[in-house]
Amino acid sequence: MSKLLIFSILFLSVTIFICMFRAVKGPSAADRLIAINVIGTKTIVLILIVSFLIHETYFVDVAIVYALISFLSSIIIAKFIENSGGKNI
Amino acid sequence: MKDIIVTIFLLGGLFFFMVGTLGIIRFPDVFTRAHSASKCDTLGAILCLSSLVMLEGLNLVSLKIILILVFVWIASPTATHLIAKAEYTRLASLAKINGVKKHEDI
Repeated sequence: MSKLLIFSILFLSVTIFICMFRAVKGPSAADRLIAINVIGTKTIVLILIVSFLIHETYFVDVAIVYALISFLSSIIIAKFIENSGGKNI
Repeated sequence: MKDIIVTIFLLGGLFFFMVGTLGIIRFPDVFTRAHSASKCDTLGAILCLSSLVMLEGLNLVSLKIILILVFVWIASPTATHLIAKAEYTRLASLAKINGVKKHEDI
């Protein structure tokens, strides 16, 4: 079971790096924001798998706070894009 | 038996993460990328977290993980919807500023 968890961590890290490509290159701000949102979800799963791997249960609280802050930042930046008045920021 | 179910769910979640990432890289538009990212947010995260719940058993930690699962399931499609709506509003106001009357070749 430990080997499966390590494989999952490595796989998620590789997909996070592939998403980082879109977050750097993306033509508009919404592309970057979508990529950042997916990276946040993957990071929540990554933190939980690490907490199961090293048998530390307090990482679950870190994952809860990360989920809350990630949702809040997505909403704020989406509002900022909506009010930007047509400029490509 | 428990290990087999946990392995199947975790690998299924990783498969959906891979497919969503592939869609984010390959699709040509913001809205199609939002569609692919929403798959990645809901189904991949739900399968991975429910496999971790099955691995842990029923105690306080798994209740916290179920709380994260419900929150991600509600909040992530909402965030994707807000991003797509913001981009649509931006494009509409851009067309209004530049005097676009009809769209060609979309």
